[in-house]
Amino acid sequence: EALIANDPDFQHEDLNFLSRSQRYDQAIRKSALMVMKLREYGIADPDEVYMFKSLVHRGRPEPLDLHLGMFLPTLLTQATPEQQDRFFMPAWNLEIIGTYAQTEMGHGSHLRGLETTATYDPATQEFILNSPTVTSIKWWPGGLGKTANHAIVLAQLYTQGQCKGLHAFIVPIRQLGTHEPLPGITVGDIGPKFGYDEVDNGYLKMDNFRIPRENMLMKYAQVEPDGTYVKPLSDKLTYGTMVFIRAYIVGESARALSRSCTIAIRYSAVRHQSELRAGEPEPQVLDYQTQQYKLFPLLAAAYAFHFVGTYIKDTYRRISGDIIEGDLSELPELHALTAGLKAFTTWIANAGIEECRMACGGHGYSRCSSLPDIYVTFTPTCTYEGENTVMMLQTARFLIKSYMQVGSGQRVTGTVSYLNDLPRQHIQPQHVAARPATVLINDPVSLVEAYKARATWLVESAAKNLQAELNHRKNKDDAWNVTSVDLVRATDAHCHYVVVKIFTAKLSEISNAAVRAVLTDLCLLYALHGISKNPGDFLQAGILTNTQVNQVNQRVKELLAIIRPNAVALVDAFDYSDGYLGSVLGRYDGNVYETMFEWAKKSPLNQTEVHESFHKHLKPIMSKL
Amino acid sequence: EQTIPHCLTVEAIESDPVFSQENQYFQSQNERYEAAVRRAVYLQKKIREMGWSETGPEFQYIYRCLSGDVALLLHRVFIRSISVLGSDEQIAKWIPLATDYRIIGSYAQTELGHGTYLQGLETTAVFDTATQEFILNTPKISAMKWWPGDMGRSATHSLVFAQLYVHGKCYGVHPFILQIRSLQDHSPCPGVTVGDIGPKMNFQHTDNGFLRLQNVRVPRENMLSKFCEVQPDGTYVRWGSQKINYFTMTSVRIAILPGEVILPLMKACTIAIRYSAVRRQSKLKPGEQEAKILDYQTQQQKLLPQLATAYAFHFINTYLHELFNRGYQDIQGKNFDSLPELHAFSSGFKAMVSQHCTSGVEICLRACGGHGYSLLSGLPSLYTRIIASCIYEGENTVLFLQTARFLIKCFMAASAGQPIPPSVTYLSSVKPGKCPAKDKSDFLSPETYLKAYEQMAIRLISSSAAKLQHLIQSGVTKYEAWNQCTVQLERAAKAHCHYITVKNFVETVEKLDNKAGIQKIMKHLCDLFALHGIFTNMGDFLYDGYLTAAHMDLVTASYLDLLAVIRKDAVPLVDAFDFTDKNLNSALGSYDGQVYQRLYEGARRSPTNQQGNPAYGKYLKPLLQNTLSKL
Repeated sequence: EALIANDPDFQHEDLNFLSRSQRYDQAIRKSALMVMKLREYGIADPDEVYMFKSLVHRGRPEPLDLHLGMFLPTLLTQATPEQQDRFFMPAWNLEIIGTYAQTEMGHGSHLRGLETTATYDPATQEFILNSPTVTSIKWWPGGLGKTANHAIVLAQLYTQGQCKGLHAFIVPIRQLGTHEPLPGITVGDIGPKFGYDEVDNGYLKMDNFRIPRENMLMKYAQVEPDGTYVKPLSDKLTYGTMVFIRAYIVGESARALSRSCTIAIRYSAVRHQSELRAGEPEPQVLDYQTQQYKLFPLLAAAYAFHFVGTYIKDTYRRISGDIIEGDLSELPELHALTAGLKAFTTWIANAGIEECRMACGGHGYSRCSSLPDIYVTFTPTCTYEGENTVMMLQTARFLIKSYMQVGSGQRVTGTVSYLNDLPRQHIQPQHVAARPATVLINDPVSLVEAYKARATWLVESAAKNLQAELNHRKNKDDAWNVTSVDLVRATDAHCHYVVVKIFTAKLSEISNAAVRAVLTDLCLLYALHGISKNPGDFLQAGILTNTQVNQVNQRVKELLAIIRPNAVALVDAFDYSDGYLGSVLGRYDGNVYETMFEWAKKSPLNQTEVHESFHKHLKPIMSKL
Repeated sequence: EQTIPHCLTVEAIESDPVFSQENQYFQSQNERYEAAVRRAVYLQKKIREMGWSETGPEFQYIYRCLSGDVALLLHRVFIRSISVLGSDEQIAKWIPLATDYRIIGSYAQTELGHGTYLQGLETTAVFDTATQEFILNTPKISAMKWWPGDMGRSATHSLVFAQLYVHGKCYGVHPFILQIRSLQDHSPCPGVTVGDIGPKMNFQHTDNGFLRLQNVRVPRENMLSKFCEVQPDGTYVRWGSQKINYFTMTSVRIAILPGEVILPLMKACTIAIRYSAVRRQSKLKPGEQEAKILDYQTQQQKLLPQLATAYAFHFINTYLHELFNRGYQDIQGKNFDSLPELHAFSSGFKAMVSQHCTSGVEICLRACGGHGYSLLSGLPSLYTRIIASCIYEGENTVLFLQTARFLIKCFMAASAGQPIPPSVTYLSSVKPGKCPAKDKSDFLSPETYLKAYEQMAIRLISSSAAKLQHLIQSGVTKYEAWNQCTVQLERAAKAHCHYITVKNFVETVEKLDNKAGIQKIMKHLCDLFALHGIFTNMGDFLYDGYLTAAHMDLVTASYLDLLAVIRKDAVPLVDAFDFTDKNLNSALGSYDGQVYQRLYEGARRSPTNQQGNPAYGKYLKPLLQNTLSKL
């Protein structure tokens, strides 16, 4: 780590003072250098490469992200051995810089709607690639705009006059040596965005661009020289990369939220404001109940998501092991779990970062706090790799299917096994009968049961509403659409239950008693705060009484005071260095104001004592009047 | 009737290339600032040419047209503060100088270490009887003025708020007119250190500044003295409430709402709803064309409540402005009775409106999928700008608590049978038992949901008051008790403001009885706004016991039905906000729906595609060739 942190080649000016082009330039410079050093040190293990990269770029996105994160892995999983020989080593050595071009201007999450075509021409044994409409232009892929010279392009395959659906093709887009776009290729940067300044997200338009037959990734599906199409064994396998990335994003939610909490909580311990008691010195803002109520539940969520991230990564490893063995039985559950948790955690973290920023008052709005940057970098996770609402509805489909299975007498396994407890007969008007008679609000295990009951109740209500619409309207798709708000709510409750369950399960694995006590408080806060934010569900389902909701609210406030003395230590435990955090407000030493003044002096507007616009615009008006 | 001057103003501004915002998304901080100054100066010329009034309605149109992307706005706050707080002599001296732009003013209140809590400000102004001057100092680093707009690079003068000391005694915060830069060469005056505070999330066009003062002297006459004065011998005289010093701030909180807070939500709704009527995704029914995303219930659930909110706030804004104009006249007549209520109103509504609008804009942004993330959509810059409104002019939590303080006071007064201000008379109404609604259509009756809101607000206020009382009686100090209740108090203040907004929406709809068509649509929006509030705060309503779990199913059903009803009018309802394409400046929100064409054209104009790629020559090429030679 020190190797990189102290390497003068990896130092640069504060990014906040750089223009977009300068930021791209800096990121590319560091990426190129990083690859040279990786070669020099002989680092090749993927985990080590990831670690190295994250340190070099301090957790920020960079133009080679898609090359390393999508292009290379896709080659590994979907290319034939011959194709790997041709492309993998050159790409590993960065002779080929690749990207992954899936999203189009007109279509994102709905993959089947993509419009780019690849038509096979048996005469020349080539595919002819076309972007037939404006909406079919590839749009958004990182590194595509200015950096990459190859792209894996997803296109609708046409052979022998028939459409065979989406397939992946390796397409050279720029001339090796000059980096000029190849004839038939129009490529460029899509312009400024909310964040991701250092990445050249790009567009790609192809006009009758031909590539050899061997450039289609053919480990699973194949097109033979005469144009005969050979089907893959399972069409679900190609989605493996996406499931992996969604699992990774859950971990990103934890990281972004824990960074924000570190900054906000440290700053709240430095900032003083107003009086709590007349005549006494101004207290730290962290001593205000309202400030604690903003920040501590987020701190608890950061820990919860951290554990969920680890859990989901382990689950992914385990299940993908099974898949390699040919066992696909757990794939639907894995898919539903990653889709739902990706949406659930990114939504919460996204709102949480903003809450942290606003909890820092005006200074949170300055780029020096680093919070604006964390936010704009994180917020696209709600959209990319599957738009969150669409993800929630995919998980809902799995929940409803599991519910139906239970109804027809089958048992379901995994995270939805609670649905097995539903009473078999569904005629009686009232909802679930079996629920914990008494919820113990100081017992995480009992709270898991309460969340379970809420999920059961909401899944069942959504399923019943769906059934009622089906009986009423008969059209399956209309019924689904007019129930979708309920379905999203049910999925949300399901995910919330899973998170509380994982957090609670983690407690028993902690051997150090003091640590376990602190984390138990956090876990309780996470669970109880969730109830106090959604009391309607628990009341309406009859899981809790008015008196209990009152106790929950009271207990939440008590927990705030209990956690207060450990709050700073709990964020220190995330172990972010000052360099990595990059925040004036979140400094470990708390020296906020002096540093902020020094930082501001470096602002580009301060480069001269009198700004040139004074001479150009203000002076003329002031002397004329 | 207002539309004719409006159209002429819009036309005059939009046809002028100096005011074009076309390249805004591609500019650096320095370029944005310079363009904003250039516009501000050019605008003065234009105003004179066209004979517009700076105080009349035209300025509202101009501001709307320029989307606030213009410098020297704090100069106007400077002028307004002097007019409200200055003596007749001070007004006669400073106002002409400022209106003729012989000086450029700013308003310096916030410091590095203190913002919303004004009594904590640390800048000092010590009166020196010998020279009849005030000596201004920022005694430590946290006392430095920080954030004031137009101050970093532009202003020559600033209205500086400082703790007044006379003969060693502190008299609290007062405003002083201070020259900070030379009128000849714009260099900082002796003892003054001033500059820009660096990049922010947005407001790149504004030079928010820092100001450090070391023994800077201003004459005695530079303390604004309409309501209080330091006489030559050092005697301190006061004529009005000290709170009056904050009246500018109180009225600014209301003044920012239409342009800085509600307008961005209207723009965001326009962009997101128009785009959702163009974007197609997946199929609702097999075999049919892909559906417009606006036909998905989940998309309607995101956007249509925001649309209803924009209308609700448009109406509450009208109400607040009428209230404040009356209050302003009272104060000019030195009648300060309405100040506490005005203060409570401005705090609570500034906080609620900015909070809802900010989250609304963000919902719109995220409802536009990936393209919402492109600056070309216009949404990121709307968002990064509006979120500042949750902090500036008073941090929202602190403001809610100020309103809560007022509510608790009124509640206590009402319980003791004393008279209370008109806006809170509902606090003394009698509690009925249960909501009588039996059918989902009953929840389309304003009477039904208003009663539910009223009950909920009363319950939250009375239970916080009871808790507070209880703590104090059990021996907890007043301050500690207050802190322990703040989470509940904040909720109570929100409930109060929410209730007033729903009530005002209902009353506005009733007044539309001469326009049946519009009234019908507005009634739907009003119902949606009210039911959305119940749907998303179910717990509060259930807890109260006024509504039951069965009622909630009716509310949900009625609420979801309304989405489909309003869907039909959604596009005309945003068209009615009447933004021109230039003003929206969004590839996704244009009136003609040519979304994809505009995105592509926007991208091609981007500087990244206009210039060569220096990074290739400098870094990529050596890297590629280094490998090539090795292989």
